Amino acid sequence: MKGLLKYIEKIKPNFEQGGKYEKWHSIFESFETFLFVPGVTTPKKGAHIRDAMDSKRLMSVVVIALIPALLFGMWNTGYQHFLALGETAGFMQEFIHGLIKVLPIVLVSYIAGLGTEFIFVYIKKKEIEEGFLVSGLLIPLIVPVGIPLWMVAVATIIAVVIGKEVFGGTGMNIVNPALLTRAILFFSYPSKMSGDKIWVSGLDNGMVVSDAYSGATPLAQAASTSSEQLTEHGFKFFNGLEKESVTFFDMFMGWIPGSIGETSTLMILIGAAILLYTGVASWKIMFSGLVGAILMGLIFNMFATDTNPFMALPFYDHLVLGGFAFGLVFMATDPVTAAQTEKGKWIYGFLVGFIAILVRVLNPAYPEGMMLAILLMNVFSPLIDYYVVRGNVKKRLKRMSA
Amino acid sequence: MAKNMKLVTSPLNLNNPILVQVLGICSALAITVKVEYAIIMSVSVLFVMAFANVIMSLLRNTIPSRIRIIVQLVIIAALVILVDQVLKAYLYDVSKQLSVFVGLIITNCIIMGRLEAFALGNKPFESFLDGVGNAGGYALILIIIAFVREVFGSGTVTLPGLGELPVIPQAFYDFGYQNNGLMILPPAALIVVGVIIWVQRSMTRELIED
Repeated sequence: MKGLLKYIEKIKPNFEQGGKYEKWHSIFESFETFLFVPGVTTPKKGAHIRDAMDSKRLMSVVVIALIPALLFGMWNTGYQHFLALGETAGFMQEFIHGLIKVLPIVLVSYIAGLGTEFIFVYIKKKEIEEGFLVSGLLIPLIVPVGIPLWMVAVATIIAVVIGKEVFGGTGMNIVNPALLTRAILFFSYPSKMSGDKIWVSGLDNGMVVSDAYSGATPLAQAASTSSEQLTEHGFKFFNGLEKESVTFFDMFMGWIPGSIGETSTLMILIGAAILLYTGVASWKIMFSGLVGAILMGLIFNMFATDTNPFMALPFYDHLVLGGFAFGLVFMATDPVTAAQTEKGKWIYGFLVGFIAILVRVLNPAYPEGMMLAILLMNVFSPLIDYYVVRGNVKKRLKRMSA
Repeated sequence: MAKNMKLVTSPLNLNNPILVQVLGICSALAITVKVEYAIIMSVSVLFVMAFANVIMSLLRNTIPSRIRIIVQLVIIAALVILVDQVLKAYLYDVSKQLSVFVGLIITNCIIMGRLEAFALGNKPFESFLDGVGNAGGYALILIIIAFVREVFGSGTVTLPGLGELPVIPQAFYDFGYQNNGLMILPPAALIVVGVIIWVQRSMTRELIED
């Protein structure tokens, strides 16, 4: 590390004003500050204290928190693949299969996203503020494994340009870029983002699977449960093979088909613990989101009818199905797009959970309500903040006049 | 003469009704799925706008200003019905596809805006040029949006009289390429308009606001 720092110090003058590679200053600086905390300290005068925890360090914490979900996702990809084939495979074999499938998606998302950001930084001659470090890892975790790579690249570029750069880059975006990528994919290429062929690797290439195999996710199974099935045996989830049913525990652990990183609630909880311990994410958003989802789930349970059996799905199942947990922990808490005021965070989080279950149950076309709920609340969070601040001003004015 | 030229050219870029005045957005979202629709729509709007401007300009000294809006509506409505009937007679399929949007030219803010802002205070010939210019600016953007949306959304370009021409080669599809479904949806038109505005503003200094 020392040697690297020395090398950077040595080549630095080339990139300063008047240096040989002056044009590349912004890009050099991005790499430098990514590797090392910038050597700027608090000025002697004034009342500011600057923490070494800048946005790049903040991002690294989120990346670390994502690692459990990523690794589990890789293993699960392989596990589902061999399960569909009807073969038994060892742990390492499964993991390596998943690694080969998932790694290209990670690389493509990083190259497409960072490439776009670098081009914009170069044009604007501004220092890069690396927001894409996290987005680049989030994107592979929220897409199905069967997604073609070029689609990931196209959607990532569109999302970074119209979701982030037009608003002025990192920190100025209104909606979460990773989630916007998923939304663009979802509406652009619906055949590759939903259905029961794309969640298990190899299934869409006409892979020969064992009998009676269906690659549908438990969320999709729940949504398509008919009222006859419901009265007969209640909600039952299958893991494809031989209609092997999965329990709540299986879904919590995550060995079910689904987007790469979203299946395992346990791994997401580990990530959540890291985020909360370091104080990067807001516990208020997570908690109130949970409350909102449970409340909406209970309301549906109370008014469940025959016409929409999905309403009868127990509220606790909602929490482990689909992208709910992942979205709540990693997407809704994005400090840029979430509400900024403390009171606003409660409202924001609650509505995210509430609307997610609402969309999920009542709109059969969009089983993944979490994505739409977070994007919608992203748009509304400045409004929430505005009214929270106005309310506070009013309260204080009243106190002053009293 | 130069002034007259400017009446036609300025709405194409610096004073574009869609990009700068942000009028007529509704139809830009609705009928830009295919280039053919955009072209037919543009021609219809061109006809209505040019002649409405001329008629209004001719009448401008005889109408009491209190009832001018009603008169404007009658003129526009009469012209729109004319266009609608002609489309129904000669281009039935297209007219069915454009459905209500031909009728809705009546409410196109650009037309009313030009009548109010220009034709009421200018001579017939200038008014005619102004109508042509503004309809041209509208048409230009409409066709650009429709082109982008159709090429990426359906992989074709549909021209009146020529039918659907494939733009994306079949080899692409064999290789796994897919049309972008988002482009068919109305929000895509809004995104495309936004991007065009962005490009236009960053290219023309006069439009940059502080």
